[in-house]
Amino acid sequence: MQDELLLKVNDLRAAIDGKEILKGINLEIRPGEVHAIMGPNGSGKSTLSGVLAGDPRFTVTGGSATLHGVDLLALSPENRSHEGLFLSFQYPVEIPGVSMVNFMRAAVNAKRAYLHQEPLSASEFLKLMRQKRAIVELDNKLASRSVNEGFSGGEKKRNEIFQMAVLEPRLSILDETDSGLDIDALRIVAGGVNKLKTEHNATIVITHYQRLLDYIRPDFVHILYKGRIVYSGGPELALELEEKGYDWIKQQVDNEQQ
Amino acid sequence: MDNSKDKDKDKNELPDALHDATRGEYKYGFESDIDTHRIDRGLSEEVVRTISRLKEEPEWLLDFRLKAYRYWLTLEMPRWAHLDIPPIDYQAISYYAAPRAAKRPESLDEVDPQILDTFNRLGIPLQEQKALSGMAVDAVMDSVSVKTTHREALAEKGIIFCSFSEAVKDYPDLVRRYLGSVVSYRDNFFAALNSAVFSDGSFVYIPKGVRCPMELSTYFRINAAGTGQFERTLIVADDDSYVSYLEGCTAPMRDENQLHAAIVEIVVEDRAEVKYSTVQNWYAGDAEGRGGVYNFVTKRGLCRGDSSKLSWTQVETGSAITWKYPGCILKGDNSVGEFYSVAVTNNRQQADTGTKMIHVGRNTRSTIVSKGISAGHSQNSYRGLVKVAPGAEGARNYTQCDSLLLGSDCGAHTFPYVDVLNPSAIVEHEATTSKISEQQLFYCNQRGIPTEEAVGLIVNGYAKEVMNKLPMEFAVEAQKLLSITLEGSIG
Repeated sequence: MQDELLLKVNDLRAAIDGKEILKGINLEIRPGEVHAIMGPNGSGKSTLSGVLAGDPRFTVTGGSATLHGVDLLALSPENRSHEGLFLSFQYPVEIPGVSMVNFMRAAVNAKRAYLHQEPLSASEFLKLMRQKRAIVELDNKLASRSVNEGFSGGEKKRNEIFQMAVLEPRLSILDETDSGLDIDALRIVAGGVNKLKTEHNATIVITHYQRLLDYIRPDFVHILYKGRIVYSGGPELALELEEKGYDWIKQQVDNEQQ
Repeated sequence: MDNSKDKDKDKNELPDALHDATRGEYKYGFESDIDTHRIDRGLSEEVVRTISRLKEEPEWLLDFRLKAYRYWLTLEMPRWAHLDIPPIDYQAISYYAAPRAAKRPESLDEVDPQILDTFNRLGIPLQEQKALSGMAVDAVMDSVSVKTTHREALAEKGIIFCSFSEAVKDYPDLVRRYLGSVVSYRDNFFAALNSAVFSDGSFVYIPKGVRCPMELSTYFRINAAGTGQFERTLIVADDDSYVSYLEGCTAPMRDENQLHAAIVEIVVEDRAEVKYSTVQNWYAGDAEGRGGVYNFVTKRGLCRGDSSKLSWTQVETGSAITWKYPGCILKGDNSVGEFYSVAVTNNRQQADTGTKMIHVGRNTRSTIVSKGISAGHSQNSYRGLVKVAPGAEGARNYTQCDSLLLGSDCGAHTFPYVDVLNPSAIVEHEATTSKISEQQLFYCNQRGIPTEEAVGLIVNGYAKEVMNKLPMEFAVEAQKLLSITLEGSIG
């Protein structure tokens, strides 16, 4: 199990509006691991998560990415989801008039259809919603509320983790999940992520700050700068960044390039 | 999907990888092989007389028809709507088509099995034991009513629910009293045409103090080719009564256009309430705009009694061209009018639809919620009139008018007219225009929901406020219909 790769990203390149943002990303993630990807603004962190999930705004210009051996880039975004990829959005999208219960039911049953399973009955599904809601302390009004509409910043992020709990992904990418959260919401969100951690799944935590990593302990920390992973290390790297900022990395990389 | 597909696409366009998806099939497009009696094409005084004779009508009704016909001759087809209507040759239409039967069937055994089969395929079983419980159905094919279910059960409460033709024979006084009392034959071009040549439709009378125990429903089906359908519905709700009435319609898929010009008149007396729901799914034509029904309809209710209430709910998904403005004349003091509408246009469809709320009585209230959805190359217009007469002290209107655009080749237009002649009136109008964003679709996709299904979810969410007003039996069908109509419309 330990040797099996869950995610393998090889020399991945991607552009938006003709401008190359990712310039050759290499990354290997095994089941049970938590990887943090840090980096200054504009380094390509959100592009990486978007490209892996299939966000149509981005154009892949080279390289490969496989999820448990499956060519991720050849799949539609929904099939990437069915294969076990989950993206917690930095800015969760509002869908007026669509209740969370209808939304999640469509999501769960689409996945079950993909796996040739029968759709869940209404009562089975509601039971699942109840169980998973508890993980992020969302109340039962959630079911009837429209997707993210009128949610506070904290509720939106908790709602993302709730969806992650329901869909039970193999690989979760948390894109700046800590942004806009107060300390209590941060604790609840991180607690939810930790509860969902098993030896079979893995998590990529994309963050600008060390703060979230006090709650979600990474096994590896990578620093993304100008579209490349320029530095990888253990959890101590995050602390070093917190202390020294990103400037020393920037300088080092920029010097090497000259 | 490959991320590289939409490298150079116009930012206004949705992902072109999705352009390929096919349009949902119109599942009611079949034609039944039924022995049909159709009169020759063309319109003249003689044709009007023939229709009246075929229906064995009394003299007063023939007079009504002839007056309407003569008036129609003086009119021009209205051109003010935001519609591109090709010239219609009124002499090329047959004005009467009826499944041939020796006489009105006394029992179900006498109904042509082909007709029963047709309605079964439409999901409207006419056999009483199989008929939808809690719903009485009047099934109208082409120009005649073929069967009305649950009539006896309703009769026990004094409720009259029958075809218009039978009502003329069995309840001539009621029909004569109310026919044309809300929509005069002089109302407009299509109302005059209908008044001259109308064939069948439903008649409903709810006596004083009676709450109709089941939904009443008329199902209209065009079958014969080369014909128009001109039905007429008259609903009278006497004091303190209540009825919920549903109307559904479908037609075979044909390359030719078929004209449907109907009239619905509703009279609501003191403290009575009528809910009128429509799911309009006439054949819309193909993706290039060939064929489809011209749906030119005049629907109006008169809230004559004090504290009476009339509520229109419509889900309009079909027809090549729709021209319809179900309205309420709020004559009684404290009377209430409501209009909830979802109008969907796709491909080359055109719709110009909305409502008229005419406030006459004191403290009358009206609510308008219109949700337009345009896709493909379609044009979708809301046109509404809120009029407050000088004597309508304390009148209130709230209008909400939303448009949702799918794609960048369609149009959404809003023409709200407000005419207030009483200073105490409060009239509010809110309007929004929105698009389904790429980010909404990607969010759904990321959660595993394919784009087609996501569009269905988002559109139904958008239309929820109106869909919630439909009776349960209808709501589920209508939701599916919305999704099917828009299949293939995104990107």
